[in-house]
Order: sequence, then structure tokens, then C-alpha cells
Amino acid sequence: MLEIENLNVWFGIGRDRVDAVRGASFSVADGESFGLVGESGSGKSTILKAITGLAPTWSGRIAVDGQELGRRRDRTFYKSVQMVFQDPYASLHPRHSVDQVLSETLHLHGFRDIDERVVQLLEDVGLGARFRFRYPHQLSGGQRQRVAIARALAGEPKLLLLDEPTSALDVSVQAEILNLLADLREEHGLTYLMVSHDLPVIGHMCERLAVMKDGEIVEVMDVEKLRQMKAEHPYSKALLAASVAG
Amino acid sequence: MTLLDVENLWVKFPTRQGIFEAVRGVSFTLGKERLGIVGESGSGKSMTGRAILRLIRKPGIVEANHIRLHETDLMKLTEVEMRKVRGQRISMVMQDPKFSLNPVMTIGDQIMEAYLLHNNTSKAQARAKSIEMLNAVSIRDAERVMRAYPHEMSGGMGQRIMIAMMLIPDPEILIADEPTSALDVSVQRQVLDIMDALVKERGMGLIFISHDLNLVSEFCDRVLIMYSGRIVEVCDADKLHQAQHPYTRGLLNSLPRLDAPRKRLEVLQRDDNWAKADSVSGAV
Repeated sequence: MLEIENLNVWFGIGRDRVDAVRGASFSVADGESFGLVGESGSGKSTILKAITGLAPTWSGRIAVDGQELGRRRDRTFYKSVQMVFQDPYASLHPRHSVDQVLSETLHLHGFRDIDERVVQLLEDVGLGARFRFRYPHQLSGGQRQRVAIARALAGEPKLLLLDEPTSALDVSVQAEILNLLADLREEHGLTYLMVSHDLPVIGHMCERLAVMKDGEIVEVMDVEKLRQMKAEHPYSKALLAASVAG
Repeated sequence: MTLLDVENLWVKFPTRQGIFEAVRGVSFTLGKERLGIVGESGSGKSMTGRAILRLIRKPGIVEANHIRLHETDLMKLTEVEMRKVRGQRISMVMQDPKFSLNPVMTIGDQIMEAYLLHNNTSKAQARAKSIEMLNAVSIRDAERVMRAYPHEMSGGMGQRIMIAMMLIPDPEILIADEPTSALDVSVQRQVLDIMDALVKERGMGLIFISHDLNLVSEFCDRVLIMYSGRIVEVCDADKLHQAQHPYTRGLLNSLPRLDAPRKRLEVLQRDDNWAKADSVSGAV
């Protein structure tokens, strides 16, 4: 589904140049859920940005569904790859109702039967039609994140990029959203690439994960190994120790 | 020794639908300890922290029998006197560095401003002190960070910068409102260690507001669990996992765990009676 080879991403020039990602390689199989973990600034979100085209300065090879990506992303790309952002308070337009958010997205994806699809999307994310004409400020954080997920699902994507989808939410709401994401993946046969700094969340959601440090992938491992605390790289070990104690 | 004594604190907001009570009759004391306040968003934990510093803006109303800092009742101080308390005696680290840092000033200028405001020294010394503070909160490459603007920082770095700024005036009490929720586990530990050292070395009191039960149980001495503006349970932090209240239990059970994989996570079932029950006192 997704192949990344020797990916480099950098920002800035001269003495302020930062190499955010250096030589990252991994692949995600069809229907798999793959996690990226690491501390802030380790480049995990930057990889997602490079895939979606939000970070223009990159080199290496990114291929989605066998299609190699160039500098520009076309409409079919955004139909098959969508992103859910970390902060549902910032990622929804405050003056657009749920209906506007979803209708506009559906329109941009070229759908005709927008009315039915809006209702269906709201059903899919467990909100129901009564939320259709609400504005973001009338929704709780968990409900907003559901709207953001509905928006991502609008184009019937195959690959969802999840950038810390629950880190802004309460643990009780986090449980609901993680359950929803697990259900959606099963129903729609989605592939997930999930970024999180929360190892238990990654352990719950993913089958494999990559540990990143200072822009480099230091280890790719199975969740089973994570559960048995059998990380090999010293940094993964330290991360694991910190997160289990904490 | 009791640093802070809060009795029967209420925070109310008049709305078109009547008065909304964000905090409802909360009492607790703080000694030279690490006191955790946990609860979901909307449980009133942040409002409790803000009310202590009288940071609730009008039309919000703060009522309390007293909020005593040593012998001073903060409820009776004027706004001018209150300004001497804020920052100097009680400092606060806010939730979101994105809203707390000035977006059009470099990090260096902001930290130096905080230092120069409280100390009568030269700019060069302020600069040296700022770099020292940045190093103290384990920021690599402090020289570059001094030149950078807040938007160039990650959330984690922003929060560490905030903590560095709050430590400069050497306050007696630090109120930390979700200080580490934007940070990842490895950095969380470093920041907590820094705060831990301060509480011990300087004899500071810490109010640690968080939604992260595991973190609080490990880091704090005592925990207040808030639900819907009230304290529903008070317990020693290390015994949090044996907590009795169904709300606390529900929160603990909804966490994914590495050692006990489950197909689905448990979802919290709420009970209206939790909100109706009287607030438990958190006084020692």
C-alpha cells in the first residue's frame, strides 16, 4: 500500500537548516496498521506531511498503491490518501457547520449524491443525522474528532494518515475514538499509518511500528515484541521503559 | 506545613440558560508536596487552578470562604496586590504553549524579558541566565532556540520554554496545568524530574493538573479526582490503582495497556449520581 525508501525531509536553509527526516525506509502492507513512535521533533509527523505533500522539500521515493509520487499530488491521490489531524479544535473551520464541512469535501471529490453521503458519513462515525447542522463550537472534542474522521472518509480513501488522533482527548473519549477507528478499518478495509507518542495506544491499534529518533528510524518491530518488552535498539528500550513506568 | 488553604471554592459563569457552575464547593490544602488534580475536560480542574490566582475574568464569579496563602487571604487582595502574588509567589504553567508565548517575539527576548522584570541586571547576564534555564529544561542547541520564534518550536519545546520562564522568579507554589500533555514520554520524564527537583530543593508546593492518571499516580504525592466541578475522591497517589469510586475505575479501565491487549477498549458509563454527591474535602 505504502512504500517509503530513503526519504529525506528538510526545512530552512543555511545555518538554520534542519534535517527533519533522514534516510527513512519502511513499507505498509494493504490493510495493515503501522505505527510511528518517537519523541517530539523526531520527524514522525514530518513523514506524514511529506506523504500528503505538505512538506515540499523532500527527496527519496514515496509510493502509494504502486504509484510513485512526484512533487505535485493530483486529485486521485487525495481520494485515496487522507489525513486526520491531532487537534480537532484547530482542524475544523469554526464558522462552517458539519454539513458544510462534509458537503464541500464531497463536492471536491466529485460526488453527485452529496445529501445521502453526508448522512451516511455521519452514521459511519457514530454521530447520526442530528449533528448535521451543528457548528464546531457546539460539539465536544470527541465529536469534533469524529467529524474530522468523517471528512477524511468522504473520498473513500484506502490509506488514512492519523497524526496523534487522540492525544488532545480525554482517556474515556480516546477509548471511544480508538474503538471507532478499529471498527472503520474493519468495515472499509482501510490501511492506517498512525503517529503517536503514546506506546500503549500504538500497541492497541497497530500490528507493526517504527521507532524514530532525531529523524532516523532506529528500529522496526512487531507489536508482539513491544508487548514482551523485547526492543533491540537502546533508544527503543529507553522509550519503552519510560512509557510503562509512566 | 500548609502553604495554601482553599475552602469552599465556587466558580460560576452566568449564561443565557442561567448560572453555570464550573467548580462547586471544592476544599483542599497544599503543603510542600505534589498535589495532583485529575479529571476529564470540563471537570473544573483547570478552573480550580485559575481561580486560585484569581485569573477568572468577568463575568465569571469566584466565591470561596477563603483562599489562604500562608496568612494572606487572596480573596481579599486588590487587583494591584494580586499582581505581586502572580509570578512571584504563585506561578502558573499553562496548558498550551501556542497561546502562552508571544508569536512575534523571539524565544530569547521573551525569556530575557521575564528575567529582567524580576531582576535588576544587565542584558548580557539575562542572556546567560536564559541559556542556562533552557539547558535546565534540557533543550539542545539553546543558542539557536534563543534566536527562534515560537512557531519554529515543536509543542514539547514550547512547553519546556514556558517552564523555564516560570522558574525564573523562584515562586513558592507552582500551578502546572497539563504541563506535559503535549510532550512525549521520554521528555515528560525529564520535565517531571526538573519539577520534582524544584519541589524538593526549594521547598515548593506543586499543584499538578492533568488528565493522565498513570502519570499523576506515579509523580504526585496526593491526588484529587474531580468530576463535574466536585472532588469525588481523594487518595494517596500510589494507591490510585486501588481507587474505589466508579468514575476513577472507569477512567483507569478505558486506558489501553501494553501488558494486557484487548480487542476493544472499555467505554466509561456515566452515572448522574456522581455529579449530585457532595464534594469530598481534600484538606489534610
